[in-house]
Amino acid sequence: MNESPFDLIIGLEVHVQLLTRSKLFCRCDTRFGAPPNTQTCPVCIGLPGSLPVMNREAFRLSLKTAVALNCEIPPLTKWDRKNYYYPDLPKGYQISQYDLPMSREGWLEISDSKGAFAPKRVGIIRAHLEEDAGKSMHDEAAGKGDTRIDLNRAGTPLLEIVSHPDLRSPAEAKAYLTDLKLLLTYLGVSDCNMQEGSLRVDANVNLHVRSGDAMVATPIVEIKNMNSFRAVERALAYEAQRQYEEWQATGRCKGDTPKRTFGWDDQRMLTYPQREKEESADYRYLPDPDLPPVVVTDVELAAVHGSLGELPAALRARLQADFQLSSYDAEVIVNQGRALADYYLAVATGCGDGKLAANWVTQEVLRLVNEQYGEIQQFPVSPDALAELIRAVAAGKIPGPRAKDVFAAMVERKIGADDACQELGIAAVDQGALTELCRELLAANPRVVADVKNGKAQAVASLIGQARKRNPNVNPNDFRNLCLELIQQM
Amino acid sequence: MALTLDEVRKVALLARLRLSDEELAHLTPQLAQIVGYVEHLGELDTTGIEPLAHPVELHSVFAEDEPLASLPRSDALANAPKQDGECYRVPPVLGD
Repeated sequence: MNESPFDLIIGLEVHVQLLTRSKLFCRCDTRFGAPPNTQTCPVCIGLPGSLPVMNREAFRLSLKTAVALNCEIPPLTKWDRKNYYYPDLPKGYQISQYDLPMSREGWLEISDSKGAFAPKRVGIIRAHLEEDAGKSMHDEAAGKGDTRIDLNRAGTPLLEIVSHPDLRSPAEAKAYLTDLKLLLTYLGVSDCNMQEGSLRVDANVNLHVRSGDAMVATPIVEIKNMNSFRAVERALAYEAQRQYEEWQATGRCKGDTPKRTFGWDDQRMLTYPQREKEESADYRYLPDPDLPPVVVTDVELAAVHGSLGELPAALRARLQADFQLSSYDAEVIVNQGRALADYYLAVATGCGDGKLAANWVTQEVLRLVNEQYGEIQQFPVSPDALAELIRAVAAGKIPGPRAKDVFAAMVERKIGADDACQELGIAAVDQGALTELCRELLAANPRVVADVKNGKAQAVASLIGQARKRNPNVNPNDFRNLCLELIQQM
Repeated sequence: MALTLDEVRKVALLARLRLSDEELAHLTPQLAQIVGYVEHLGELDTTGIEPLAHPVELHSVFAEDEPLASLPRSDALANAPKQDGECYRVPPVLGD
């Protein structure tokens, strides 16, 4: 039963930079981190007479994304000029898409394994392809000096993904962003790295307040400047409260005031109104005469559908169905990215035990990757080698307690399980040697034998240390069980 | 079609053109004539006709995603009214 006095209505606008090698309309490199203004040309700095030509790979990646988001793909799409003046927009217009975007009306399913909200479909209004602007940097050193403009980023391909206002809580918003990022990285269309600016989020927020029998909508606020998923959660929670208090104080409804823009201040942890523009923006959209429309044929669309590969949701389901993983373990593995998931699949298939493989991969392997190697591609133990180790332990060829030692040697020395065992002197203790060892120790410790015979089976535990000193490969459980058996016969 | 001075002022602002009162008075009827000329198209009945996106029957023109050399930075900045060797410099932009 919802006790809150209002419903929080959230729509998210996400811009992702596509993983192309060159820009959307010219062949300048898009590599991150280059010195300012070293990746520009007459097209992207808008010199007179320059003409844009569409990057084939950018369109392909957009199409792939839109299809994975279940969007309708119209047969014809075109680009339009969005006109406004700003120093980081060299042409005085941004080439974007207005009334015939390359995709519309899709969805993304979100869920929370901890049950913070019920699984749901978040609608996507549209996804379209446009160019990025450059970067403005305020010269703080010079006090109120000039603004510095770097146009390296101008012309980089962006996919703008606009959701329906279907999100109802900060947790849902975070899940949407997390699942969108997971999908896009699995598709290989974007890095989705907020720190590097390859994923940006703006939120549109208002409340539906219960007022007696009626529902009243507060004015919509657009929130910008959120630089992490955590910041998005915090900003939405703050804004919900702020809007409610504002409504209680002023009673203003949607329609009474135009949409306002607020910024999120992560230091002071609040949203603040941004300066309103002197005149309302009139973008005077017009079809860009330099860019022919693009036609998407049914044949091409079918090819895109076939090229998606296994997506995160399907992979999670397969890990549970075919490898007997819990939904939690499946989520952990899938969330690490396709490369780690592929590693896991190879280990699980190689050793034949999905759960054992999951334990090794999510604990031992992941820990080392995060601590030392950065990414699974750099990890020195191949999935086949790990599968071999797991099989050997399961078959009793390697004593269970020594498995981690063997693994550590494999990692450090980049050798296989067999070689590691040889180097460490690890070998399964054969039954004959174990029996001899048990008889020896029992003979030397009659008190223990007496205690066990009197009902204190745990007395055998005191001999384990000695047994392992004689032979470090002794499996404590095997030793204990065999001793108990032998004592029974005495 | 008659245009008011205010409408022309607004269009001038959107185009970032500073016009004196004299220029405004002079340009307003000229702009009204141009708009009026285009309005002739309204004589045609275009119900049910697809808007023409492009005058040429050309579509799906692409370039391959291969990076090529960019301009040397000094060339890129050469025509800037103000620059510091690395970036273009513009008057401070407020409210960013």
